[in-house]
Amino acid sequence: MTQKVLMAGFGGQGVMLMGELLAYAAMLEGKQVTYMPSYGPEMRGGTANCSVVISDEEISSPIVTEPAILIAMNEPSMEKFEKSIAPSGMLFINRSLIRRTPLRQDIKCFPVECNELARAILSEKIANIVMLGAVICASGIVSGESVGEVMRRKFVGKKSKFIPMNMKALTVWSDHYEDEKRQ
Amino acid sequence: MNTLFEFTKGMKPDSTSYCPGCTHGIAHRLIMEALCERGDLGRAIGVAPIGCSIVSHNYMNVDMCESTHGRAPAIASGIKRVHPGNIVFTYQGDGDLASIGTGEIIHAAHRGEHITTFFINNAIYGMTGGQMAPTTFIGQKTTTTAEGRTEKANGKPLRMSEMIATVGGAAYVERVALNSPSGVRKAKKAVLRALDVQDRKEGFSFVEFLSTCPTNWGLDPVASIEWVNTDMIPYYPLGNFKGMEG
Amino acid sequence: MDDRRLMKGNEAFAEAAIVSGCRYYFGYPITPQNELTEYMSRELPGAGGSFVQAESELAAVSMAYGAAAAGGRVLISSSSPGIALMQEGLSFLCSVDIPLVVLNVSRGGPGVGGIQPGQADYFQATRGGGNGDYHIIVYAPASIQESIDLMGKAYDVAEHYRNPVMLLVDGMLGQMMEPVSMPSRDAYALPEDVSAMKPWAITGHDNRRERNVVKSLRLKPDELEEAVEKRGAKYAAAEQELASYEAVDIESAEVVFVAFGSTSRIVKDAIGLLRADGVRAGMIRPISLWPFPERAFEQVPASAKAVISVELSMGQLIQDVRLAVNGRFPVELIHRTGGMLLTPEEVAARTMDILEVK
Repeated sequence: MTQKVLMAGFGGQGVMLMGELLAYAAMLEGKQVTYMPSYGPEMRGGTANCSVVISDEEISSPIVTEPAILIAMNEPSMEKFEKSIAPSGMLFINRSLIRRTPLRQDIKCFPVECNELARAILSEKIANIVMLGAVICASGIVSGESVGEVMRRKFVGKKSKFIPMNMKALTVWSDHYEDEKRQ
Repeated sequence: MNTLFEFTKGMKPDSTSYCPGCTHGIAHRLIMEALCERGDLGRAIGVAPIGCSIVSHNYMNVDMCESTHGRAPAIASGIKRVHPGNIVFTYQGDGDLASIGTGEIIHAAHRGEHITTFFINNAIYGMTGGQMAPTTFIGQKTTTTAEGRTEKANGKPLRMSEMIATVGGAAYVERVALNSPSGVRKAKKAVLRALDVQDRKEGFSFVEFLSTCPTNWGLDPVASIEWVNTDMIPYYPLGNFKGMEG
Repeated sequence: MDDRRLMKGNEAFAEAAIVSGCRYYFGYPITPQNELTEYMSRELPGAGGSFVQAESELAAVSMAYGAAAAGGRVLISSSSPGIALMQEGLSFLCSVDIPLVVLNVSRGGPGVGGIQPGQADYFQATRGGGNGDYHIIVYAPASIQESIDLMGKAYDVAEHYRNPVMLLVDGMLGQMMEPVSMPSRDAYALPEDVSAMKPWAITGHDNRRERNVVKSLRLKPDELEEAVEKRGAKYAAAEQELASYEAVDIESAEVVFVAFGSTSRIVKDAIGLLRADGVRAGMIRPISLWPFPERAFEQVPASAKAVISVELSMGQLIQDVRLAVNGRFPVELIHRTGGMLLTPEEVAARTMDILEVK
């Protein structure tokens, strides 16, 4: 089983970190994984995207041209990549920044109010973690425990104080979703 | 019986291939004598340039390597990283150091490398047959300035010691002339001071020798020395530019 | 828990050099390999080594020459135009038989070109971008793990042959992340006495031996010829001993791809697509680009309809493929250039076009 994920947004939205956390979590689960960032001269504000491939077998190409999961953090990213999603794939939309509705009928769409949910916890800086939480909850591509373990390993020393907030951001969408289901 | 003179162990006992009247041989011997007196022959590593003195390793009795054109200060920087306890020096002419190697010499000084550069300024390219160097004088005839160097076409001669003295990492900069017995004695003192600065890890040290090139100047050895006195020294003043303030 | 580490290519190359005993690195910023330079600046001083940000690639390769001639294990890295500047030093290092490991994280060219992945430095690497009769030994890893393994090998080969060795990767491998097993830094014991291991090194003669002189200049033609011929014998031995490759399903292949580095990964996926369409495709992946693994082509079955060079350049690898095939099979080219990447679908589709014409 091979899963291909493409995520895109503005530089500075933490798209690369999101991809790295996902790849790291997959590795901790014993999977084969590749992470491939777009790279360019823009440090902030330009477009940024990265591909993550997760598989039980050796991965040949790290390039994702037909993602099973697309994460669009801003509107230009959705415009650019929606058509590339594999048939019956998943599209995660940062509803805080994307007003447009998807054109594709054959895919599953998950609108996530990333920025609002992130602000309620800390600030928009962790909107990417909110989105990652939604992706792993809805797709099951890796477990929340694995991502939690990644955070414990990555945020060490002074950075460890960020762990509780990030853990909260990771589950805020699913908590919200559960609340909605109960209502 | 007292020993008045002994040939330094720092030099191989061969005769050099330099032209009659050229002062490379004096500069070689001063450096090697200084290393010998300091007891540094065994721990010295030299870098020879491109130019006449590429063959300096035939005479200098220390571990040495050849260099690509102008890169000796970068090469010496690499050597010093591996052997920080050794004495590392470059020996370079004015085509090598002041033209193709300006980047390397300025940045070795800029980093404050604990190396010493001995710079032979004879105002011309020697090995390639007498072409204009950045240090060539206005009006000086060379094979690439047949009517004499002009400021309009070639700019003014470059003063390297003055330039290097402005660089923060340079700890000791001095210009000497191999034009007389007293000039040679002063040059030896400058060599010893430069090596001392390196040994004390104070920064980059640099000694410029005003030197002769009778063959390419078209002068005999005596007239060449005279030209150093009458023409070179007025434009390239002798003395300490850094490291002996106060 | 998994003991693998998730590492970015450029950082893994750097750490691989450190675990292989590299303690000296001289670099100059250029995309897409900056993470390597930055990693060395952070890690080498703590590992008892030395990092210098040089004023240019020319200075970097010169510093590397000095440190290597002094007996150190040295790494330099750059990307295509920077490697072009280093050619002066590489030719010189060959002329003085000094070992060095060079990494090229290549990008699109010519000139400044772009910063996306490219393989158009094949000629520069395998033909020698500098002057004179010499060769650089060139390895082209296809994964980050293979890069780590080849880095250790590169140092051993460089010191055995006393010649520079290049690892040629591209921006894709430099920028991507994969889980890797990294040896520990104790894996290589640094020699206590460099002179014992490298008696030619300039270390200071300590008044105990004749002085060492590292020299390139040989003004007498007969002496220069002798030195070059001697080096030629060394290269002939390297051709016998170092040529290496991976063969993928070539025994019964009707089409055999030839691809190296990151492109070989795309081709592996294309082979899967073609197989689903009933086409028996295989691949020869050269691991050493110089020496080129010509013997691999003896395994191409007589039934093969075409050998296809797949590369991110206008057709450079294909010249070695043609020499190795020596007229036995039609040789075709599938390529992109300028930083554009091939997709498995594109490789498969163009292969079908080629096979239909045959």
